[in-house]
Amino acid sequence: MKVRKNIAISENGFIFNPLTGDSFSVNETGVFILQKLKEEESEATILQNLMDEYELDAHTAEKDLNDFLSMLQNYQLTTNE
Amino acid sequence: MNKRKITVAATGLNNIDSPGPGIPVIRGLKESETLDIRIVGLSYETLEPGIYMHDLVDKVYQLPLPTAGSAVLKERLRYIASQEKIDVLIPNFDAELHNFIKIQDDLKNELNIATFLPSQAIFDERQKSELGKFGEKYGVKVPESHMINQVTEIRKLEESLHYPMVIKGRYYDAYIALTYEQASNYFYKIIAKWGYPVIVQEFVTGTEVNVTAIGDGKGTCIGAVAMRKLYITDKGKAWSGISLEDDELLDISKRVIENSKWRGGCELEFIKTKDDEYYLLEMNPRFPAWVYLANGCGQNHPEALVKMALGEEVKPFTNYQSGKMFIRYSYDLIVDISEFQQISTMGER
Amino acid sequence: MKPNYESPIIKKLNAGMMNKFGSRTEYIPVKYIDNVAVADLMDQYGSPLFVISEKTIRQNYQKAVKAFKMRYPKVQFAWSYKTNYLDAVCQVFHQEGSWAEVVSGFEYQKALRNGVPGNLIIFNGPDKSKEDLILAIKNRSLIHIDHFDELYMLIDILEDMEETKARVAIRVNMDTGIYPQWDRFGFNYENGQAWNAIMRIIAQEKLQFEGLHCHIGTYMLTANAYAVAAQKMCELALSYSNTTGENIKYIDMGGGFCSVNTLKGSYLQGADIIPTFDDYAEAITSTILQSGFRPDTLPLLILETGRALIDEAGYLLGTVLATKRLADGRRATIVDTGVNIMFTSFWYNHRVSPAQDFSQHAEDTVLYGPLCMNIDSLRESITLPILKKGDRIVIQDVGAYNMTQWMQFITLRPNVVMIDTTGKVHLIRKQETIDSIVNYEIVPEHLK
Repeated sequence: MKVRKNIAISENGFIFNPLTGDSFSVNETGVFILQKLKEEESEATILQNLMDEYELDAHTAEKDLNDFLSMLQNYQLTTNE
Repeated sequence: MNKRKITVAATGLNNIDSPGPGIPVIRGLKESETLDIRIVGLSYETLEPGIYMHDLVDKVYQLPLPTAGSAVLKERLRYIASQEKIDVLIPNFDAELHNFIKIQDDLKNELNIATFLPSQAIFDERQKSELGKFGEKYGVKVPESHMINQVTEIRKLEESLHYPMVIKGRYYDAYIALTYEQASNYFYKIIAKWGYPVIVQEFVTGTEVNVTAIGDGKGTCIGAVAMRKLYITDKGKAWSGISLEDDELLDISKRVIENSKWRGGCELEFIKTKDDEYYLLEMNPRFPAWVYLANGCGQNHPEALVKMALGEEVKPFTNYQSGKMFIRYSYDLIVDISEFQQISTMGER
Repeated sequence: MKPNYESPIIKKLNAGMMNKFGSRTEYIPVKYIDNVAVADLMDQYGSPLFVISEKTIRQNYQKAVKAFKMRYPKVQFAWSYKTNYLDAVCQVFHQEGSWAEVVSGFEYQKALRNGVPGNLIIFNGPDKSKEDLILAIKNRSLIHIDHFDELYMLIDILEDMEETKARVAIRVNMDTGIYPQWDRFGFNYENGQAWNAIMRIIAQEKLQFEGLHCHIGTYMLTANAYAVAAQKMCELALSYSNTTGENIKYIDMGGGFCSVNTLKGSYLQGADIIPTFDDYAEAITSTILQSGFRPDTLPLLILETGRALIDEAGYLLGTVLATKRLADGRRATIVDTGVNIMFTSFWYNHRVSPAQDFSQHAEDTVLYGPLCMNIDSLRESITLPILKKGDRIVIQDVGAYNMTQWMQFITLRPNVVMIDTTGKVHLIRKQETIDSIVNYEIVPEHLK
């Protein structure tokens, strides 16, 4: 899964999708994941990155990451290419 | 002349097709001849046009919605007051007034922010559902109205009111009913939306005339300007209006302001009948969106309010020019998304 | 050390939607109740857990009494048992000087067990059995007659009781401009039913007519309705003394005062719109004082307010069981405090606060209880910090009705503790066990 190109992510968590005109806000964890996606990391790597970065168990990390990625997809911010 | 510098905060920046009074109030303040007023805009939503009007609004903070309660509002204002000294605050939305009236003393004592608002008791007296009592107490004709809880009570009222009659919700909505069937339909429609009681009101025909006025809270009417709408939008809002010279209407309006010891700005909505009788339909407890017309014909009500809030004596206005018109127009501001981002994520700009 | 983790969230910024400053009060964490750590309480007594602050009860009670006593010479409060009849709670009110106000034989027994003298128990309600009435007559309790059938039953009972009189009052209902009008209880004022009942009573030698009672509604947002009610009560009382030459001993204005909770559908917060004790007291006492009683014949004023005295003293502590995503994309949070123990969530938007620190981010969520039953929804939409499984929440202002109207449904009822005025924690109702339920069941032999 990749973040669509042209999507701007600011440090304070503001996201603008010029394709649709929608804007969003995400929290720090959200910014962290989005940046990893921009860097084209795999889901497995992001999962590991999350656990390295935060005090976090594998089950919660997996559940939260899946939920977040499904929301990104739902909002048309990602592609599966 | 050196103008004195002060800061005034104002809400109602929604200068849209059904505009709030904030921007017109701010224009009046900016045109003060004695005060140099910096404006802090207070917004509820991120697309209120006033947020993006840099020539009128110097700084903007988001407020919590009125539903969050007065405690939360006070917390937010405490933060804003820590960022800048606010001398006077003018709330311009009906829905927020209850909370501001509730905390007006705390704002003055704890944050040194002056307001110029009526007391809760007087604010409540002019509620729609209390209009009959209000008219009697302050010597102004109002349409006969009754509060009912059962649809069958409409039948009993048919003798004194006749059709058409107006069926109103306690806070909003009004329908004109020509028959019992219509009236009972509206009755159910209103209870479904606004609950009990339902107000049944005499339908008074004539011309609608409005007055924007300001009282000092001690029984003096500081200013009053009468206006008739010349054209209304499909939402029922004034598109254009003209100032009137109508001494009787002004006398009645002054009487209401004086007798009720109204404190602050307000709008009085009247119907003038064919027999030249004036019926008060509603008293809105804040400046109307057309208040800038008052400024345009010689009475700067927002400026007067700020001065009184600061404890200064203001002499009542004695006249104004009739035949001045206001014509509303819309205007497209061009804004970069970064500004929207700023207000959306930081709650201020 | 690694930074604190918070689940990732993304919110679409909708123009015109509530912004993030929307409901911050609900975000202030409640980590302590009367200086006792919420975490410690839950570690020791489990989750969910009801907590009652004795200090808050006493403060509220004293505030209410003061509001009335500074305006009127003779005031008496009677604790409304149905609002919260846990013995420990009742005893706090009785210690403060409250009589007991009961509406069933069961509540009457509870008041007696709590050591309330019979003559300080007010017996209200439409359901009083023959046995209940006999006991109340013998104990010299104040019987508030609700309907003519009860009046005739009393007359019958007294015929068989030699040289015994019953102390009675009637419940009066009336139009106070409030909808709905509670005309199902008592005798109507406007149509003359109440006066008719009084005339029947005074014709009976064994009925000692002492007072008038009304209870005009619940969660009354306008103090003025009480002024209207008090006026009508006074008119009845004065007509009575003009007719008989006797004075009425008391006027019982019932309850119905608001607590700080916010009703569902209310635009403004409950705390911002409810009248204060002073507002209610002013409306009631100034009406009575101006109604024409001679100073020496002023009746005792009795108040039975329940909700306004106890709601704020009650907390419900709970735990997040799970968070999930609904089909339409909304967040759902499932907690262990369901409608089975929070009956009032059917009409209030209760204040829900997290019990631990959190970031400034928040999310709209539906708040569900733990029951496998569709009705178990506490809030259709509430903005809360990002909660995860195991996080704790505090639901505030739940002291009224929840500990009496709760249901033993699907699961058992939890512990209730009281924090006394020194900060000591007492268990005042033990959590139910399976035995609490099955001990009352009997399985026929052939099904064993």
